[in-house]
Amino acid sequence: MGHPGSDLSSADILSVLYFAILRIDPRNPAAPDRDRFIMSKGHSSGSLYAALAAKGFFPLEELDTYMQPLSALNGHPDRNKVPGVEACTGSLGHGLPIGAGAALAARMDHASWLTYVLTGDGELQEGSNWEAAMAASHYGLDNLTVIVDRNRLQQGDGTEDAMRLEPLAEKWRAFGWAVAEVDGHCHAALIEVFRRLPLQSGKPNCIIARTQKGKGVSFMEDRVEWHHRVPSDQQLADALRELEAAL
Amino acid sequence: MKELTDCRRPFAEALEQLALSNPRVVAVTNDSIGSSNITGFRKRFTDRFVNVGIAEQNLIGVSAGLANAGKIPYVCGASCFLTGRSLEQVKVDLGYGRANVKLCGMSSGLAYGPLGATHHSLEDLAWTRVIPNLTVIVPADASETAQAVRAAADIDGPVFLRVSRMPTPPVHPEGYAFRAGRAVTLREGSDVTLIANGIMVSRALEAAGLLAAKGISARVLNLSTLCPMDRQAILDAAGRTGAIVTVEEHSVYGGLGGAVAELVVTHRPVPMRILGIPGVFAPTGAPSWVLEHFRLTPQGICEAAQSVLSGRECDEAEARSRH
Repeated sequence: MGHPGSDLSSADILSVLYFAILRIDPRNPAAPDRDRFIMSKGHSSGSLYAALAAKGFFPLEELDTYMQPLSALNGHPDRNKVPGVEACTGSLGHGLPIGAGAALAARMDHASWLTYVLTGDGELQEGSNWEAAMAASHYGLDNLTVIVDRNRLQQGDGTEDAMRLEPLAEKWRAFGWAVAEVDGHCHAALIEVFRRLPLQSGKPNCIIARTQKGKGVSFMEDRVEWHHRVPSDQQLADALRELEAAL
Repeated sequence: MKELTDCRRPFAEALEQLALSNPRVVAVTNDSIGSSNITGFRKRFTDRFVNVGIAEQNLIGVSAGLANAGKIPYVCGASCFLTGRSLEQVKVDLGYGRANVKLCGMSSGLAYGPLGATHHSLEDLAWTRVIPNLTVIVPADASETAQAVRAAADIDGPVFLRVSRMPTPPVHPEGYAFRAGRAVTLREGSDVTLIANGIMVSRALEAAGLLAAKGISARVLNLSTLCPMDRQAILDAAGRTGAIVTVEEHSVYGGLGGAVAELVVTHRPVPMRILGIPGVFAPTGAPSWVLEHFRLTPQGICEAAQSVLSGRECDEAEARSRH
């Protein structure tokens, strides 16, 4: 188990993307006209692998090999090992530049496929994101959407205590992006905003998804220590019981 | 007198020719348009040209994204920034991710000698050589530069192409065919092998001439592909000549000399001298002056070959001036 708090804060976003939005075919994971989803916060590999397996990119049983020796399912995803993974991430601040490049390629080819990048919020402290934000706006990439998993916690502290991000929406707007803010755990709200893309013609899209780290597990919710921690057997059983009860 | 060429010219010509025949080829730059000599490319292929501004991390990420969507990006920027400023992106997005991106490190080595150590690129081979999956090519002259540009497109994976701007004479015979991964013997010899790449190849050839006048038979090997290295050619040279002098426009640490030493020390140990910039920030000055300062001249190479053949250890003065 890697980063359970981060997995749970992004799980609803991934469910909506993989089962209602992305135009992808698990039988043809390299189709040139597929939508691209890049998990920039690579430490949320657990929720990404679960979504990919549930979608049929690989057998569900393979999830049992997560982070085991020689498993394809590294703690951080590898595009050359796992079908459906679009980028090698884990080092923060890589996903958005790669996504901007993908969106530029689609533009050059007059192709209609779309690019989505999910970033953490603490991750936005990496300057490379803002280099990419400038470029995506300069090139008017309205086929590019970044979703910020705004759970307000990073590894060591709250984001606003570690390195203030607010006013976050204004930052993105100042960089030339169209911004929407939604409840990142409300499927209907997420679907509604994804179906409205592009939010504004000629501008890249930023969706700030308000989330809770550890969502759905009472003793993990909003607790910074669950960013990266291995639960005990008892904690795991309790967590699964709570999550299943909520279904 | 052989004609001297700034290798950015054959680079740009080859890239434009390649773009004509291969629609996947695009150029990406961090605003290094004039200095990379890609003004013509931009004019001819406006919609296949991307300037990301002065932002090297994004430069590499954008290029990886373009490549993963089927393009073949040639990424043009000053080598010192292209490698050093974005090294972790090169490692992760290109090497680990195996993105089909061609990094073109322009004005490498001491080309920007007068601009100071910020602009000297004397670490780039050490940085790139250690990254798995990355092919590293250091062409020696105009013909090899043009051929390497074309060859890079045929390699399915990331390539670092180190392009010089110091005027360089042709070192290869007419009709020379570059093959990535293959070293080429430019002069046969039996007493010592001079292994060089880039602009140092012509100086090594001149040194071999000086050595011949002293009765010393020097083989000259152009190791233009540093990774993957032509191990057989180096081990043959070590076995046949019994002594090696490496010469590079780079730090003596981690580049050509390091690569050769790592190989021969474990497989066929022979006495060696490693010539390059001796682990210091080089002083400011015209490239040829800085090379002279560190005795990276035909005469300096000749003396190092005599020294290695004399069987004595590198003395203190020699070590200080070399490494």
